[in-house]
Amino acid sequence: MQDDIVLKTEDLTKHYGGVHALDGANFELKKGEHVAIMGDNGAGKSTFVRQITGVEQRTRGKIWLYGKEVNFTGPIDAREAGIETVFQTLALADDLDVPDNLFLGRELTFWNWLGPFRFLDYKAMRQATIAGLEKTAVKIPNIKNTIRNMSGGQRQCVAIARTATFHSRLTIMDEPTAALGVQETEQVENIIRQLKSVGEPLILISHNMRQVMDLVDRIIVFRRGRIVANLKRDETDGQDVVAYITGAKGDDVADVA
Amino acid sequence: MAETSHGTGGLTFDKSKRAWPNELNIFIALILIICIFEALGQLLPYMNGQSLLFDTKGRFDSIFNEARIKIIILQVSIIGIIALGVTQVIIAGGIDLSSGSIVGASAMIAMSFAQTELVNGNPNPKAIFGPWAMDLPAIIPVIVGLLCGMLAGIINGVLIAYTRIPPFIATLGMMVSARGVAKWWSRGNPISFPTEDYAWIGSGMMPVIWFVLLAVLFHIILRYTVYGKHTYAIGSNEDAARMSGIKVARHKVLVYTIAGMLASFAAIILSAKNLTAQSGMGLVYELDAIAMAVIGGVSLAGGRGSIIGTCLGMLIFGVIISGFTYLKLDAFYQEMVKGFIIVAAVVLDQWRQKKAAAKT
Ligand SMILES: Nc1ncnc2c1ncn2[C@@H]1O[C@H](COP(=O)(O)OP(=O)(O)O)[C@@H](O)[C@H]1O
Ligand SMILES: [Mg+2]
Repeated sequence: MQDDIVLKTEDLTKHYGGVHALDGANFELKKGEHVAIMGDNGAGKSTFVRQITGVEQRTRGKIWLYGKEVNFTGPIDAREAGIETVFQTLALADDLDVPDNLFLGRELTFWNWLGPFRFLDYKAMRQATIAGLEKTAVKIPNIKNTIRNMSGGQRQCVAIARTATFHSRLTIMDEPTAALGVQETEQVENIIRQLKSVGEPLILISHNMRQVMDLVDRIIVFRRGRIVANLKRDETDGQDVVAYITGAKGDDVADVA
Repeated sequence: MAETSHGTGGLTFDKSKRAWPNELNIFIALILIICIFEALGQLLPYMNGQSLLFDTKGRFDSIFNEARIKIIILQVSIIGIIALGVTQVIIAGGIDLSSGSIVGASAMIAMSFAQTELVNGNPNPKAIFGPWAMDLPAIIPVIVGLLCGMLAGIINGVLIAYTRIPPFIATLGMMVSARGVAKWWSRGNPISFPTEDYAWIGSGMMPVIWFVLLAVLFHIILRYTVYGKHTYAIGSNEDAARMSGIKVARHKVLVYTIAGMLASFAAIILSAKNLTAQSGMGLVYELDAIAMAVIGGVSLAGGRGSIIGTCLGMLIFGVIISGFTYLKLDAFYQEMVKGFIIVAAVVLDQWRQKKAAAKT
């Protein structure tokens, strides 16, 4: 296997009962590369993300991360392996504040011999949060606010800041700007550009053609659970991509690997 | 590493901008309720200007009616211990209807290991077991009692976390079954005459001391430990908690187990205080405990509330019940009013939830 492959999947498949949500996905991501995944609602994009990140257990197929085959039993495994994900549902706890959410499930603690009753290091988490927010230039009026009291854009920013606070080897964002206004979208896009400039690889799921054409190196199109196209950004255009999304083009399955 | 030029905006950690704590509202409500009772004492002709909490006859060294304050606190502290457990269950997005019955079962079982062999020189008339179970060190019935609560809590937790039974139904089942255990244990007979050491656990103001120690402990646990943070996270958004890698099912089992153990500890204190255990002990305590928590601002939707709030809710509950005795109202009215308080607390919570949802 080549050294410069960050993520590779082979025959990745997920069935929900009779629903073939994801079918035989062969996918590759190179170091420093930003790839967009496009496709209609229900095409299987989020399902693909959930299999890679260990949130669900795949029906079949293999996954390699940096050349090593991985079998994540849960989201923590994936995170410890360096995959940071902004889920479509954001996965934020409404009644907790910003540092609490950033560190949820991986709290900084002391007196660890107390097991589940070990103490939270609030100060360290607050400082790391502020550093993380500064790194991504995310604007949050007051990090002690609970998520409940925040706008959609601020929530999205918190979810994104969470991925940026931790050094990651792969970032995945599932429709990060779907619910955002123009300015907020711009802020998220700036964060993505910054990841690019530091060479962190990214998988971006988006319906926004302009955004995709602006930001990524390559576009993968999903349709009905299958990968139907693998297009270099410089060799394609919006119309071409749309043709694949709608099924006007490329009914035979493209082999991406 | 590239430098970013798009500034950091008004990023702050501003203590002064923190929201008005909910607990302060509840404290104000407590003061208002006390004022209403004091005013009624002055205004109602048959009250002859008596006071609820203040010393009007110069019986005590301080300005307070210490005897009544002691009674109020003593009266609520045992149910208050249950309310501590119920608080964390509700914050985790659940409910526990079984605590009252766990009190009954644990009291019966613990007490049968706490008996003394000779009562005034005669054999213990209520003896459950033979001499081998008589005059055991108090730690044994305490451990046995706690194990009862632990077992009931584990069953609750496993049912809720690993099957899809809603907490309401699972703990309702436990409520009926545990009461059955309490009755079956001694065929409905009371179990009495504990050792002196066991009786000490519930003597005098000991229930209040236990309550305060446990309240401080659980305040620290809920606010400053990983366990507490995960409890709030699960009640806030269970899916998010799961995606963040929290072992939700395991955590829920722990939450219900702790609630069960607190209920059984309340049972130990109660049986030690009364020097007897009866199968009907702890009847509807679960509702009183839930009411204390909800009055104290613990949201039935999960994710919100605190031990401080529950303590204030407990005091409000105690003041209202004592207030009715002080106004010389019949016990019937007390029951009715208790029902009203519970419903009112839930309505208030619904209203708070709506307000919170409007912000989302
Ligand atoms: N937990 C589930 N159970 C059953 N079907 C599901 C589940 N999750 C997703 N699906 C189905 O799988 C398909 C792909 O869904 P999804 O991956 O969310 O699509 P996308 O993110 O591309 O919009 C849809 O038909 C959806 O209804
Ligand atoms: Mg999706």
